[in-house]
Amino acid sequence: MLQLSGNCDSGAPPALGAPLASGAPLSSLVDLRRGEAGIVDRLDLPADDARRLMELGFLPGTRVTAGQSAPGGDPRVFQVDGSEIALRRETARLLKIRRDRSN
Amino acid sequence: MSECHGCANCGGTAVAEPPRLGATRTAVALVGPPNSGKTTLFNRLTGLRQKVANFPGVTVEQHSGIAELPDGRAVHIIDLPGLYSLSPRSEDEQIAYDVLTGHSPRVSKPQAILLVLDSTNLGRQLMLAAPILSLHLPTLVILNLADDLRQRGGSVDADLLSAQLGAPVAMVSARNGEGMSQVLDFLAGAMPKPLRMELPVLQDVPGCRKWAGAMGAKAGYLAPAPSKWTRRLDKIFLHPVLGPLVFLAVVVAVFQIIFSVAAPLPDIMTAWFDATGNWIATLLPASLFRSLLVDGVWKGMGSVLVFLPQILLLFLFIGILEDSGYLSRAAVIADRTMARIGLQGKSFIPLLSAYGCAVPAIMATRTIENRRDRMATILIAPFMTCSARMPIYLLMIAAFIPKQNLLGGLLGMQSAVMLGLYVLGFLAAVMTAKLLKSTVLKSGRTPFLLEMPAYRWPVAQSLGLRLYDRGMVFLKQAGTIILLVTIIVCLLMSFPLVHGGAPPITNSLLGSIGHVIEPVIKPMGFNWKIGIALITSLAARETTPATLGAIYGATGPHLQAALRHDLSLGGAIALLVFFAFALQCTSTVAIVRRETGGWKWPILQFTYMGVLAYIGAFVAYHLIG
Repeated sequence: MLQLSGNCDSGAPPALGAPLASGAPLSSLVDLRRGEAGIVDRLDLPADDARRLMELGFLPGTRVTAGQSAPGGDPRVFQVDGSEIALRRETARLLKIRRDRSN
Repeated sequence: MSECHGCANCGGTAVAEPPRLGATRTAVALVGPPNSGKTTLFNRLTGLRQKVANFPGVTVEQHSGIAELPDGRAVHIIDLPGLYSLSPRSEDEQIAYDVLTGHSPRVSKPQAILLVLDSTNLGRQLMLAAPILSLHLPTLVILNLADDLRQRGGSVDADLLSAQLGAPVAMVSARNGEGMSQVLDFLAGAMPKPLRMELPVLQDVPGCRKWAGAMGAKAGYLAPAPSKWTRRLDKIFLHPVLGPLVFLAVVVAVFQIIFSVAAPLPDIMTAWFDATGNWIATLLPASLFRSLLVDGVWKGMGSVLVFLPQILLLFLFIGILEDSGYLSRAAVIADRTMARIGLQGKSFIPLLSAYGCAVPAIMATRTIENRRDRMATILIAPFMTCSARMPIYLLMIAAFIPKQNLLGGLLGMQSAVMLGLYVLGFLAAVMTAKLLKSTVLKSGRTPFLLEMPAYRWPVAQSLGLRLYDRGMVFLKQAGTIILLVTIIVCLLMSFPLVHGGAPPITNSLLGSIGHVIEPVIKPMGFNWKIGIALITSLAARETTPATLGAIYGATGPHLQAALRHDLSLGGAIALLVFFAFALQCTSTVAIVRRETGGWKWPILQFTYMGVLAYIGAFVAYHLIG
């Protein structure tokens, strides 16, 4: 499950709106624009909430694609593990991701 | 471990295991994640032989029913709330957990389990198989939506999966009945316990997911292509501009169609009940009994029954929205607006149902995991304009608002007033929610998670059963509370007897009560006759036109004329405002008490809404005059 890229977890997350250069680490699901994908890295939520999210498919190592959203981008639907789950921005912010290399 | 359980549903006889032919009824639990098509399967198995009750001591609805097997035996099916896992997080999941593990106080442990999984997303759905199989009860794994799986190019080998899981597996499509014979065969057969296979550590979610994936892979599971229609429709329904427009159109369409399609029905039915009532009256000699039968029972029943078509139409609409999958998208669209008043998108579904009736709406709040959000939703739901308010709204609008076209014929004046009343109730709900969520029900943030089911055609049987269920709830009220009130009113009007007949209404018991409260309601522009209607409406609002009809001794246009004589326009608007705000519904009070587990909240709610109604009506009367 480990990425080959050496810099996936290191360093400060890039500023919002930073160019999505290949291999650059992303901070969270919020930074994905519609159609973009990332790999879940960790869930910065209380254990109970993290567990529910994992049961819905947001497991570390899983590919997540950002889908449609309500007007204003919040909440946004994410495609993960064969399902579509709507998350609010405040929750999506806590799901840290790394760049999907296969993209 | 004892395997013998008393079964509450077979007359207290203990059920021996394994269930024998001709023995007492076997209880089987239906388990599955939300959106797995569990309810459709339940409906197909049980049809009309189902009932809804509450799990003892808690607020979760228990659907159970009887499935008849080909050999004539009957199996008791318990439909448990949807689950993602057996680590309970919400009240719903706690109930399912308690029943399955035999910890439920009154529902006995089932003898077998039907595990319903969505075969189009088997990798994740199989995660639930691990905790269910570890219960070591006879289990049939049902891979539902098998037709969908095939159509979208997916496949799985049921026999291989069965070998992996150590339990029988059936490919089923509950929508069209495919594979149902396998389910019935399982229920009719020996129902073997699952073989002891190696299961993952249940607390380890990644481990469970890996196990589920491996099970699927070994069974040659080929995931289907994403539903093209779902993608296409979401591009419209969740489009930044089109999405909200569709949302708005749906809400407007619900109201518009109810008023233009269903509006003539009550008139026709009222005319029928009046005509038959008068016909019955000609058959009987004039007596107290006759007036009780005709004016009390018959017309009382009629006043209730005439609104059944509208209520059913509303539930049909909400049912179609829900079963098609659109309601989840509506929750996403509505979430930000709901968040602004401290609620969430999930509150939208119950609140929309509250436009039909607050009672099922309050029950529907069970899907809200956050207790405080749920309480707030329960407390504001009765502000939504329920169909029981429609009778008095329709009557007052017909009597006082001219039939005039606005906006070049797009909207009638009468429709505009009706829409205004809906907005008024909505605004009161918003204000109240804000008030609650910034004070007593302030909550920490729990993540808002909403799974978007694939769009599907609603199944006629499921829609029909829901309508039947709701219709029966409404009629039961008609048969009891509402009928009772009508009869009491009729009696209060008939006494004290004058020369063996009913007195003039001013001198009747009801008249005296009206006169006593007149000083209190005068500031709202109401006289004692309206006061009587307000008192009787406490039992149920929909009785008001019937009460007014009895008080004025008139119906239809004559009643309207009588009301115009007694009320100014300001008074009429004040009455509408009063009905928009006040909690004149015994059923709602009772359901809130049940759902919140005590009298504290319903009393607070009743008082709050009453005070708001009084102030609102007072202001309306003095503004319009």
